[in-house]
Amino acid sequence: MELFFQQLTNGLAVGGIYALIALGYTMVYGVLKLINFAHGDLFTIGAYLGLTLLTAMGLTDKLGLGVGILALAVMVMGLVAVVGVVLERVAYKPLRNADRLAAVVSALGASIFFQNAVMLIYGAKFRVYPHNILPKMAVNILGLEIPLIRIIILAASIVLMIALYLFVQKTKTGTAIRASAIDQGAAKLMGVNVNRVISIVFIIGPALGGVAGVMVGMYYGQINFTMGWMYGLKAFIAAILGGIGNIPGAMIGGLLLGVIEAMGAAYISIAWKDAIAFFVLILILIVRPTGLLGERVAEKV
Amino acid sequence: MNKNHVICAVFAAAMVVSPIFLNLYWVDVLNNIGLYAILGLSLNFILGHTGLFHMGHAAFFAVGAYVTAVLNTTLGSPILWLVPVSGIAAAIFAAVVARPIIHLRGDYLLIVTIGIVEIVRIALVNNIFGLTGGANGIFGISRPDFFGFTIRRPTHFFYYIWLFLAVSVYLFRKLEDSRFGRALNYIKEDELAAEGNGINTGHYKLVAFVLGAFWAGMAGNIYASKMTIISPQSFTFWESVLYFTIVILGGSGSIPGVILGAFLIAGLPEVFREFASARMLIFGAAMVAMMIFRPSGILAPIPRKYKLGRWRKKEALR
Repeated sequence: MELFFQQLTNGLAVGGIYALIALGYTMVYGVLKLINFAHGDLFTIGAYLGLTLLTAMGLTDKLGLGVGILALAVMVMGLVAVVGVVLERVAYKPLRNADRLAAVVSALGASIFFQNAVMLIYGAKFRVYPHNILPKMAVNILGLEIPLIRIIILAASIVLMIALYLFVQKTKTGTAIRASAIDQGAAKLMGVNVNRVISIVFIIGPALGGVAGVMVGMYYGQINFTMGWMYGLKAFIAAILGGIGNIPGAMIGGLLLGVIEAMGAAYISIAWKDAIAFFVLILILIVRPTGLLGERVAEKV
Repeated sequence: MNKNHVICAVFAAAMVVSPIFLNLYWVDVLNNIGLYAILGLSLNFILGHTGLFHMGHAAFFAVGAYVTAVLNTTLGSPILWLVPVSGIAAAIFAAVVARPIIHLRGDYLLIVTIGIVEIVRIALVNNIFGLTGGANGIFGISRPDFFGFTIRRPTHFFYYIWLFLAVSVYLFRKLEDSRFGRALNYIKEDELAAEGNGINTGHYKLVAFVLGAFWAGMAGNIYASKMTIISPQSFTFWESVLYFTIVILGGSGSIPGVILGAFLIAGLPEVFREFASARMLIFGAAMVAMMIFRPSGILAPIPRKYKLGRWRKKEALR
């Protein structure tokens, strides 16, 4: 039972990270019908920017632990959002009316570009995150020793998700995002500035992805320039699992995938850990292609 | 004899004599280009002609290479006999995995095929069935042997690979123009209309997949015998991305385009070796720029013309 609950909390923490990345995929897919393959690399950029801010600027030393980490998160979110908006302007906007395949290849090109840019700046080796930022504490919950970092990550990702959910459901801008996802043409006719919506989506998505990168750095203690695409693929699977284009779906899909993977690694085989997500993907696409929360849409003819 | 035939003949003649003027390093680069061109052609059939977003082609390539390696190192089967065997193995594998997913559309198919190539790679790393040698792979694969003449040196492989490519080009050209090839193009342009005109789209798509996989499996055989050592690192998702970009950059659905794409993707990085670390950066940026300025590829396919039959002329005269 000990193993089960440890893996459950571990899976939820990793799942929270997947969910944050998945939100970026699902929002972009909802509005643009494009798999943003470069999203995983925005996540990597977030992790590396966090590393720079922590080591070179020593944010937590100057501002204290709580404020320092909060400031770190806000700064990373802002910087990665800038990269995201530039990415959209340069690589996706000119292709908005082009063939879908062209946009996919452009996204792959952008992904290769970012990956190698990170490699040239930071080097190809694994980089170690400062490990003494958070106190190495474990919280005792019902007799279980759960590392503090897991709880912080899960709590932070849930807070961000709730904030996003409220933003999308309750504000005018959020309504515009949902309207553009359902039918861009109709949204335009109703006076929604779709270009602005796309820009906002490319601010929110990369910001969440960037902060997820910092979380991974803190959780595992090391980062690498190629880590983005595996996390990106898994997060995309999480988005499909929940129903692509569906924001609560991405959250649930992320958490679920994290738990499934952690359980699979513990009870089936650790060597096949990375394959489990893909088996889940194939299964869900065969059994229920719309995902858990996706609605059945009539196929456009 | 029209302009295209002249260009083809000049290109073929230039390729035949090129090993005389090049050192072994560049001959080997040309070998890689040839292999990529064969793989590009086989993917072109699935992606370019049928319009299926397939990004897991490295999986079929891997199956061909591993079947060759396992049978050759354990049973000692001659490499050349294994060419069709590895093709058939890859084709069967493709039929089994593609059957349940072939109806998926666009992006979903793309992401599932990425899943397949990753599962295959992880299976190879985990030494599946105890045959694949895990992360180290398999070594000691023998060279192809033509009636006592062993293909060993890069120059030998050059003629072997480019001859195989020439045959592939010829066959794919015939297939393109056949009833089958036209049906695939129809599916690409408008699946619904194709189905309405009596084309069994599911069946045709599956056959396109299987045929592409068959060719990739044979390419895997050539690769295994050329390298004599194979490991899972050669069959990653990024390898699939390379084939994908070869087809899209060169011009999907166009055979000269795919060959040009192979030259660009496999050859240009070699030319720019001095800028070793920055070349992939430029490569990524070039992919984006290319899609913005010429999304249909460098040598986009020319719409084919068919001559009207004689009876129509008579009809017109009447």
